[in-house]
Amino acid sequence: MKIRERLSGNEAAATAMRQINPDVVAAFPITPSTEIPQYFSSFVSNGKVDTEFVAVESEHSAMSACIGAEAAGARAMTATSANGMSLMWEMLYIASSLRLPIVMSLVNRAVSGPLNIHNDHSDAMGARDSGWIQIFSENNQEVYDNLLMAHRIAENKKVLLPVMICQDGFITSHAIENIEIEDDETVKKFVGEYHPEHYLLNDKEPIAIGPLDLQAYLFEHKRQQAQAMVEAKQVILDVAKDFEKLTGRKYGFIEEYKMEDAEIAVICMNSTAGTAKHTVNNLREKGIKAGVIKVRVFRPFPAETIANAIKNLKAVAILDKADGLNAVGGPLFTDVTSGMLINGVHVPAISYIYGIGGRDTTEEDITEVFTNLEEIVKTGKVDRPYRYLGVRGEK
Amino acid sequence: MGYNLKEIMAEKPSRLTSGHRMCAGCGAPPIARMVLRALKPEDHAVICNATGCMEVSTFIYPYTAWTDSFIHTAFECAAATESGVEAAYKSMKRQGKLPQDKNTKFITFGGDGGTYDIGIQSMSGAFERGHDMVYVCYDNGAYMNTGIQRSSATPKFADTTTSPAGSVIPGKMQSRKDLTEIMVSHHIPYAAQTLAVNNFKDLYEKAEKAIYTEGPAFLNVLAPCPRGWGYPTEDLMLINKLAMETCYWPLYEVINGKYKINYKPKEKKPIEEFLRPQKRFRHMFEPGNEWMIQEFQKEVDSRWQALLDLEEITNKEE
Repeated sequence: MKIRERLSGNEAAATAMRQINPDVVAAFPITPSTEIPQYFSSFVSNGKVDTEFVAVESEHSAMSACIGAEAAGARAMTATSANGMSLMWEMLYIASSLRLPIVMSLVNRAVSGPLNIHNDHSDAMGARDSGWIQIFSENNQEVYDNLLMAHRIAENKKVLLPVMICQDGFITSHAIENIEIEDDETVKKFVGEYHPEHYLLNDKEPIAIGPLDLQAYLFEHKRQQAQAMVEAKQVILDVAKDFEKLTGRKYGFIEEYKMEDAEIAVICMNSTAGTAKHTVNNLREKGIKAGVIKVRVFRPFPAETIANAIKNLKAVAILDKADGLNAVGGPLFTDVTSGMLINGVHVPAISYIYGIGGRDTTEEDITEVFTNLEEIVKTGKVDRPYRYLGVRGEK
Repeated sequence: MGYNLKEIMAEKPSRLTSGHRMCAGCGAPPIARMVLRALKPEDHAVICNATGCMEVSTFIYPYTAWTDSFIHTAFECAAATESGVEAAYKSMKRQGKLPQDKNTKFITFGGDGGTYDIGIQSMSGAFERGHDMVYVCYDNGAYMNTGIQRSSATPKFADTTTSPAGSVIPGKMQSRKDLTEIMVSHHIPYAAQTLAVNNFKDLYEKAEKAIYTEGPAFLNVLAPCPRGWGYPTEDLMLINKLAMETCYWPLYEVINGKYKINYKPKEKKPIEEFLRPQKRFRHMFEPGNEWMIQEFQKEVDSRWQALLDLEEITNKEE
């Protein structure tokens, strides 16, 4: 049974967590994700879930406790943002290398410094090589949907990797939208029960986890971990197919918006996709063949899918809400352009860094990107591929 | 309950098996073995270990010396990791996802580096939250795994590789942190300090109390290190005995806030006897450095007196 609800992004995440009913949640407050453990502890206090809530003293301990709980045989979840995930850093790598299917709600925020509590993607981008599956959400509905799919992906025997579900801090986390949720029983059935093969609390089969892993073995273990990320691609699509059957809502690696005949397009993630779609609608009315590609799954990176989607374009702009600080461009830009090269696609491409520290990104900003793309098409030249959008001073 | 070492050794096989790669004369393995022997044979345990000597020499892939379930994650978060395991146990048992007739106990081991220093936050957090677990610190007074660097558990004047006894600075110039007292201040049901002497009786009995007291329990166990302290490997037990007889390492326990000193030497031996056999204190015996020994003695005396006072105060009739 479908239920119409008005929920903020954080409420949507907490609602999904209530319906998933994990065995353990360990979390620490940090803006803008704080509401998630707040809502969730009220579910715990009022007996709406069976979860043991561990109110840890830091995010490092939040991830450590999730690792302990998941290794013990439990389903463990957490939520955090920015510096909170920075503090988890060491443990993110340990969680993925121990192949523990933990699910995290990451409410994207700028990583210090200086201190800023508003949205950008520097937190998630810094963890892009940590071995976590990273899925981005345009709006509150997608936050909810992606969380419902997360455990099915993470716990698949071919995958066994942790998953983070990202959404934009404040922009979606604190904005209320009409969304459609499933009833508790339907979610319970869809998510399924968790039956790990090996776990610490199985007294019939004691196991040891987290060895000293030296030159003779670590490489093979890392190779297997890398393979799991490759295998995750098909699993993500399979789970999305099942989810579509259940809800009618369709998900893939990317979403293509008006791309069939597009000549120029922007590639972006999370809530900016909404602004970009709106801009494209207006440009289309003026006869400009513009399109949008929203990257939903960033890890594993769908290089081939993106290359295919843009191969017929005359120019493309890749919008990054995190700077690469590498004298080349944003992380999405460098991934997309290398994906183009290895798939034999050559389209003039520019990198735009935008929205840093919660700087608003408006329709005018996106229009400016498309105007510049038209200029590139006209001249056939990309004179400066590393650019900024909406910043004072040199762009 | 009577304590008979021979019977315990016969009836309770070691749950940390031989073949691990700890050094000869190291204080840590006998501690781990004896703590685990305090488990009831029918109880399962999940051992968590902070990164350190013990971890890197007992679980080198693909071999493990631990017969119980075991997890190691990182240096500073053994208590947090174990708290997650314990939370999973509580949750899953409550939901009927685990057998109801079987008990699992949670025991964490960490060296002084992973406990006094980098791990103190996660341990403090876990203890405040009241997880039903035991944390055993095997205190060898420095970062031995990385090559004898000073920690906040290193005694004053000790020569370590980051507090070398030089011509200007004669070793570590700061006093040792009193972690047992910090843990007592968490108002936990059981905290104790012990070491391996007299057939391990004190250690065994405290481990048993710690494991079977509901809630968080802390054991601080002196674990001499032949490499870092500079004593012949066969002198391990002698060093332990001297630590106790000089009151450098008092044996005591705090049960729900009440102090009990478990051993009061009839005649407290001078601290020199503990310091002299250890190379890390060698420079203290050079001519002109007598003040260092005097200062060390003064600190041992004042800490011992403070403990005697605490015992008296906390046991006063209302």
